[in-house]
Amino acid sequence: MIHRYQGVVVELVSRAVVPAIQVFALYIITHGHYSPGGGFQGGALLAASILLLRFTQGRKESYRRFPPGAGFALAALGLLIFLLVGLASVARGGSFLDYAYLPWPWASPETLRYYGILVVEAGIALTVWGTLVVVFDQVGTRTRDV
Amino acid sequence: MKALALAILGIFLVVLLYAEGDLPDRGDPEAPASMHVSPYYIERSLSDTRTPNLVTAVLADYRGYDTLGETVVIFAAGLASALVLLRGRGNRDT
Repeated sequence: MIHRYQGVVVELVSRAVVPAIQVFALYIITHGHYSPGGGFQGGALLAASILLLRFTQGRKESYRRFPPGAGFALAALGLLIFLLVGLASVARGGSFLDYAYLPWPWASPETLRYYGILVVEAGIALTVWGTLVVVFDQVGTRTRDV
Repeated sequence: MKALALAILGIFLVVLLYAEGDLPDRGDPEAPASMHVSPYYIERSLSDTRTPNLVTAVLADYRGYDTLGETVVIFAAGLASALVLLRGRGNRDT
């Protein structure tokens, strides 16, 4: 399944499209406050860009850009960010995940909630991204090259 | 056997149709689901979180605990499926 696709058009177009998908994914994640979007959707888009790399650039090149073990690390990091944000508000005397108590005393509670949502969405995106790529790698490398 | 299954399905259909008559209309402001916390979210989410998108405010702030659970579920499901699929492949480097 993962081998370099022999076709210059597919290869060049995918090389151009992958960064565009990733930028759009960042827009989806960070613009979740104002429009439909957020961590889950943006993470799925980031994963889709990596899968496109896997399909078109071949194993060697795509593993150089996104090592197969990196998905686990990203997923765990995203979950860790979420949990740490929750615990940080506990540390200042608030409830778990009450972003108004984040350790940034000179900002108003609304602003803290605003940024708390943003950080949490970023964590969600990392988890979704890593998990989807991990699942694809496990399924996709099975059929060939055993 | 097939007739029995059809009969059970028919009874179930009658029950559901009977119950459907008591459901509130869609979007009814007097419905119990719209009376509890929804008005608070709709009125206060912008001033509480500076977030115009009500869905994001509810998902990540008011219902942040639920979203944390969802993230854990996704992570655990991915990890478990990867472990299952890795089984039997020996110690080879992925």
